Amino acid sequence: MQEELIAIKGMANGLLISLSTTENWQSVTDHLASRIDEQIEFYAGAHITVELGARPVPKYELSSLKALLERRGLKLSRVRSESDTTRRSAMALQVSTENNVGHNYRAALPAQETATTNPEESGTHGILFRRTLRSGRTIHSDGHVLVFGDVNPGAKVIAAGDIVVWGKLRGYAHAGAKGNESARVCALEMNPSQLRIAGHMVTSPPRKRSISAPAVALIRDNQIIVETRE
Amino acid sequence: MAGKVVTVSSGKGGVGKTTATANLGTSLASLGKKVVVIDADIGLRNLDVIMGLENRIVYDLVDIVEGRSKLRQSMIKHKKFEHLYLIPAAQTRDKMSVSPEDMVKLTDELREEFDYILIDSPAGIERGFRNALEPADEVLIVTNPEVSAVRDADRIIGLIEAAEKGPGKLIINRLKTDLVERGEMLSSDDVFDILGLTIVGIIPEDELVLSASNSGVPVTLNEESKAGQAFNNVARRIAGEDVPFMNLNDNPGFFRRLVGLFNGK
Repeated sequence: MQEELIAIKGMANGLLISLSTTENWQSVTDHLASRIDEQIEFYAGAHITVELGARPVPKYELSSLKALLERRGLKLSRVRSESDTTRRSAMALQVSTENNVGHNYRAALPAQETATTNPEESGTHGILFRRTLRSGRTIHSDGHVLVFGDVNPGAKVIAAGDIVVWGKLRGYAHAGAKGNESARVCALEMNPSQLRIAGHMVTSPPRKRSISAPAVALIRDNQIIVETRE
Repeated sequence: MAGKVVTVSSGKGGVGKTTATANLGTSLASLGKKVVVIDADIGLRNLDVIMGLENRIVYDLVDIVEGRSKLRQSMIKHKKFEHLYLIPAAQTRDKMSVSPEDMVKLTDELREEFDYILIDSPAGIERGFRNALEPADEVLIVTNPEVSAVRDADRIIGLIEAAEKGPGKLIINRLKTDLVERGEMLSSDDVFDILGLTIVGIIPEDELVLSASNSGVPVTLNEESKAGQAFNNVARRIAGEDVPFMNLNDNPGFFRRLVGLFNGK
């Protein structure tokens, strides 16, 4: 199998996009554009860190990448690179930079280990957010999201995988945002303003009392159902 | 001992930030503290009006920051309290005239001389709010028991946490106990349930606050006023005293909890 041209991963403050360091720049960026276009809703508004490894990226190339992201409503907020040329380009575009020597997560993944364990055990990545997510905050993740705290009205959690809220879910939650219909949303108190799983959506019924028992939302028979666990 | 900078903020306008700042200022001053209150709402100043000091303004915050006046000569002394001063906002400029760094510099100077520096933050989450937040050691969030005010408070608390100034403490202002009883207004428990912050004050709705604001006589000096006494309690809590919450007598949640205590539940 050919090397992945791009890898997208959720971080606490946005998304990390790693671009292949060897493939032709044009094909890498074309590929990125089409990946984003497939899931434009998932990516909208996200803050992006781009990891470019050792590839020297001149200013005009980085500038076109920045424009590519901005046209799709994404913000390029940071560039990770080992190359001085790339970092100079980023600085010229007023994008903050960091030197990622030793932080390349793809290089850090031991290849053999992932081959010998079953994919579920080797783990899908996710974000752990350790406090209440308040109005105006949005978490995007390409994996799962775990919130130790409440998700308040006006806050959003969008995950390609599952969402677990160890607290009260009263804001917006979208699990399986890239189309995974087996994704689930769990919360100790399930009272979201809007709940989505893959392409399905329910809005909060105007009821007085919320479900205060732990609950799991999932898709069954083509619609979202909420099961409580006593 | 260096003074403490306490910023009073809310997100939403009209919840009683300025009134709270003025009253906390007078309450702290009655406790014998040296207090200066700063109006950071440049362009829409009104702390001076509520404190009854509008006619004495010669210089303002922007004059100090831009070096046109000395700090000493710009502070207005309160009529009733010897150790209470006001630094008014400029009315003719906008929030961009002052930077967060200016505010840090100014408050660092004031810390030398005062026990408490209270900053009245403007509504909103933009520059004016940043100016008020940057020098803060502690943030008080004023909210009303209404869904929209609580939502905005939540947003502000998120920003305060992000700036590592948080999480702040909560003042619930203008609680109408009869409405809470009928289930038509959020109770203080409901507000706590959403925001999860320590509550340092529950201020009941009180017409005497309005007449005090118009006359410029602090409501905290009026022993008839429940709101005035509630503000005094907040001030004592800020000063480190452990003050029990007032029984707003017709608050059913509170009353029921008391009954529950007596029944050993």
